[in-house]
Amino acid sequence: MNTILKTQGLNKVYRLGSFPRSIKVQALDDVNLNIESDKPVIVSLVGESGSGKTTLAKVILRLVQPSSGAVTVAGHLVAGKGARPHHNEFLRTVQPIFQNPFEAFSQHRTVDCYLRETAERVGKLQKNVAVETVEEALAAVGLQYSDVRGKYPNQFSGGELQRASVARALIPRPQLIIADEPVSMIDASRRMIIINLFLALKEEYKTSFLYITHDLATAYYISDYIAVMNKGRIVEFGDAKQVLSRPQHEYTRVLLDSIPRLDQRWVERRNRTRR
Amino acid sequence: MIRLDNIVASYTTQRGQVNAVDGVTLEIPDSIVMGIAGESGCGKSTLMKVLYGDIGFPLSLRSGSVEYGLTNERSEPVTTDNIRREWFRHISYIPQSSMSSLNPVVRICDQFVDFPATAGRKKEVLAQVRGFVQKLGLPPESIDAYPHQLSGGMRQRIMVAMATFFQPEIILADEPTTALDVVVQKSILLLLLELQREMGNTILLVSHDMGVHYQVTDKMLIMYAAKAVEYADTDDIFQNPLHPYTLMLTNSLPTIGDDRARRGLPGSPPSLWEPQKGCRFAARCPIAADRCRREEPPLVEYTRGHFSACHFAGDVAGLKETLQAGPKLSEVAHDPSRLMSDLEADR
Repeated sequence: MNTILKTQGLNKVYRLGSFPRSIKVQALDDVNLNIESDKPVIVSLVGESGSGKTTLAKVILRLVQPSSGAVTVAGHLVAGKGARPHHNEFLRTVQPIFQNPFEAFSQHRTVDCYLRETAERVGKLQKNVAVETVEEALAAVGLQYSDVRGKYPNQFSGGELQRASVARALIPRPQLIIADEPVSMIDASRRMIIINLFLALKEEYKTSFLYITHDLATAYYISDYIAVMNKGRIVEFGDAKQVLSRPQHEYTRVLLDSIPRLDQRWVERRNRTRR
Repeated sequence: MIRLDNIVASYTTQRGQVNAVDGVTLEIPDSIVMGIAGESGCGKSTLMKVLYGDIGFPLSLRSGSVEYGLTNERSEPVTTDNIRREWFRHISYIPQSSMSSLNPVVRICDQFVDFPATAGRKKEVLAQVRGFVQKLGLPPESIDAYPHQLSGGMRQRIMVAMATFFQPEIILADEPTTALDVVVQKSILLLLLELQREMGNTILLVSHDMGVHYQVTDKMLIMYAAKAVEYADTDDIFQNPLHPYTLMLTNSLPTIGDDRARRGLPGSPPSLWEPQKGCRFAARCPIAADRCRREEPPLVEYTRGHFSACHFAGDVAGLKETLQAGPKLSEVAHDPSRLMSDLEADR
């Protein structure tokens, strides 16, 4: 069994306001996750806004220092005390995909130069090899290098640009990709194309995903495991299908009860205009 | 009854005119919740602006008008020309972002009474407002606060309170719960439904979340590339759609407990800058034929109250069966090439 992602006693306290009257916000409260598997997995992290989902992602991505605790990804200590592996080594272990691709890429640079830079700096590749790697990564998401080359972000549609950012994350062949609400900016009719892409990459690139979302239906669709967060704590963790069809924790039930489902109504409609 | 007659609304830009709503003709019955759905850029928010009468540069109404089925103080019928005078009396608007709609430096109570009709009796009106917000599940003191002191859900309740306080006949809600999380979203939507039942007004709701539409609306309008493509009872939209776009839209969404493999709808809508020929959905449609690329299908009533703009509306039921007989996710999950089959087409 390989450890894909492990967090030990992870805490993060934000202080709001200035010194004498500052208040503490416990964004992460003793988060212990241990995901072990021989095969790559997709783990969903769900919860309402303010539950600490994004803070956990930022801690794993080293964008935020945890107050205490440690994170291990595929045997590398990435956050917490003593976590000082080389920066490139870290970037080859964990890569992010963000919610809004138009904000993730600068409007003043072409998208292909982000891809080439990732290959050259993180992958430590020569220029000509770098282009080949970029081509391969773009092919994996169904794009061609000639279509992407020289184009600025505003020349792409949201779905295409999000796929380019998935390609960029794939270039260093990371063990774990953290996708923070990757489809919420994409139109409903094309959302499943990206979701199915994640499933395909899991098979082909052997990459694990941490899929952060508030959409429980897509979480049910793609994930192997699911972690439900509330107020900084993981309140329920387990097999995705099992947790969502037979929730044990009260909060998971509230959450499931609140999503606008397509098969049963909250209240029956009365004054229907019947034929 | 609200009647829309061949609405063409266009934006003036540096590149010229672009029709964001192109020939929508509809009748909306009274006292229902009607949902408007479609992907971004399909013209649903522009249609909302036209209905609200908020037409000003760069938006202009090139043809058509809206009859609201109301009469004003001088007993003239209310149409697009004079709807602005009826704002918040007969028609009100719930915006998406409450934070940028409320004035951040004025207490909420002052924003409630900030119009000439309350001159001289502000205290009386405020007492009513306090009673009303209490009914909506807010503490009465909350209207003494500044907007930033309330949470997102409370602010959206304040917006609902403002829009419904004068019991207008028509309420327009443009993505009213998109910025909120699911638990708060449910409470706001149930509140809106309850108020609608009590007051019997018409609510027009724009949302991109098909789940919200299923939960809340009675009738639905599906828009695609500036056109109305289907208009029917919500149950019919979900169960017996007569337009392939509607079917593909509802069918692409996974549901909890259903293990069918889902597929997205590859491709994107045509650019509205180009001259349009034939059906606008033809390029992405699995049942398109030559006729679809030649003639534009009109919005026709197929069964009573069920309108669709498709030459082959009768074939949609067959397409639905084919889609539902598709493979289970477990069968395709280990086969990357099948999962990725849509990617090549999605340009």
